[in-house]
Amino acid sequence: MSDTALNIRPHAATTEAPLARALLIALAIGTLGLFVLAPLAVVFAEALSKGLGAALRSLAAPEARSAIRLTLLTAGIAVPLNAAFGIAAAWAITKFDFRGKALLITLIDLPFSVSPVVAGLCLVLLFGANSTLGGWLVAQGMPVIFALPGIVLATLFVTFPFVARELIPVMIEQGRTEEEAALTLGAGGWRTFLSVTLPNIRWALLYGVLLANARAMGEFGAVAVVSGKIRGQTATMPITIEMLYNEYLSVAAFSLAALLSALALVTLILKTLLERAHSGALAAGHRS
Amino acid sequence: MARPLIQSSPMPGLGLSFGITLAMLSVIVLAPIGALVAQGATLGPEGLWAAIDRPRVWAALWLSFRLAALAAGCNLVLGTALAWVLARYDFPGRRLVDAAVDLPFALPTAVAGIALTALYAPNGVLGGLAREIGWKIAYTEWGIFLALLFVGLPFVARSVQPVIHEIDREVEEASATLGATRLTTLTRVIWPMLMPAALTGFALALARAVGEYGSVIFIAGNIPMRTEIAPLLIVIELEEFDYDGAAAIGLAMLTISFALLFAINLLQIWSRLRIGHV
Repeated sequence: MSDTALNIRPHAATTEAPLARALLIALAIGTLGLFVLAPLAVVFAEALSKGLGAALRSLAAPEARSAIRLTLLTAGIAVPLNAAFGIAAAWAITKFDFRGKALLITLIDLPFSVSPVVAGLCLVLLFGANSTLGGWLVAQGMPVIFALPGIVLATLFVTFPFVARELIPVMIEQGRTEEEAALTLGAGGWRTFLSVTLPNIRWALLYGVLLANARAMGEFGAVAVVSGKIRGQTATMPITIEMLYNEYLSVAAFSLAALLSALALVTLILKTLLERAHSGALAAGHRS
Repeated sequence: MARPLIQSSPMPGLGLSFGITLAMLSVIVLAPIGALVAQGATLGPEGLWAAIDRPRVWAALWLSFRLAALAAGCNLVLGTALAWVLARYDFPGRRLVDAAVDLPFALPTAVAGIALTALYAPNGVLGGLAREIGWKIAYTEWGIFLALLFVGLPFVARSVQPVIHEIDREVEEASATLGATRLTTLTRVIWPMLMPAALTGFALALARAVGEYGSVIFIAGNIPMRTEIAPLLIVIELEEFDYDGAAAIGLAMLTISFALLFAINLLQIWSRLRIGHV
């Protein structure tokens, strides 16, 4: 009898009816399955459609190898520069009080609201052979557009806010007292940064670098505009995927895509592990 | 007395950190955007209008902004529901779903583009099913919508999720005690608390969708006047070395995007004021 008495309200007042819960859970799993997991599965299925051997052979082809090399080189240049910028910007914003701080933060975030294609267009207008600066650079034998510097600049543009955005909230939360103590005790600026600040922000820094790297290796729109798509020279992995796909070389295109997807998956796994192990040292939970 | 530009501070590295920050900001972001604005300035208002006022440009801009708004709107609903499910319910596979939400961030857009096309093209697995009922997804507006839904999916969910975790359960209990149905509690008590964060996510998803290129061009079909998005039109103009035309469309996109983001910002301020905590 007491059981039925308790069952008058089948669910607590602060949650939804079981049916609504089940529907919402089904919606979540269905959305993720149809729109996110199914495309991911298709990439690997298409890559392996002619067998593992064919996939690996297409990755060993000169075109694919030069694309992989260029993508690694681009990320190898752009990501450290981005990290250096992120640390400098976060230091400037959180350790000093100055007028125009909000404006500076807005400007750092600006690349998020600019289309990658428009970013590429801006770079072409500034550094293209038709412009004053670009013409001069070409005359000096340092072309930017349709060359590596342009690809790096485009990558830097689209990944610009990544590291800074992770570091700023963490460094605001940590305040300045620890650094002030170190300085009072006679440590120099670099020593203070390396042995006080850096250990405090290392996980957030790693998190930002991870996200910036994933974006740097996968960027398509901005790079497509500035690269000129010269085979074996300025074709990054995503650009090569497009070229192979448009030539109906499906296995080759999807094999490269599978390689980039694997990178994305590794990024996600590392990111999840970081969030789980060091959630206190990350900004992710405080973002709004 | 006016506040000094920079307040004196014992912190070291003032010159170095500001030097790196401002130098990189200028070279990588501000100078290129300045070049776009300068190109627009040399064209003048009439030149700009002449470059934009063409049926093909209007069609592309209308398509891009309309579908981006639609996709961001759907993501607002879907993302909020997703965040709620992940924050409040426990079910097998919850952690996997939670991690999968970020996949559209991590997956390169070109990869997403060819994968969605392979899946939703008439000869793909899901596209084939849709064809059975006479629904063509890839190479139509539906395909574009789908790609934009994909790239925008994480924004609202990830903005709202931390806010749901912070909600004090006592508020919901109070609402229930006062006789509100669960639906009333959700719409009148919970939603106003989530709205600022949801709008942030909506704005991010919208900005991303308007400018999205890589995941769209493979699935869109790219037929002028019908399924040609504005970023693609910029690429086409650049390939034809029509820098003025490309700059005009680029400026139009930037202007409309910023106007929309500004409006969303105002809406956000209003919704924050309304619920009382800033």
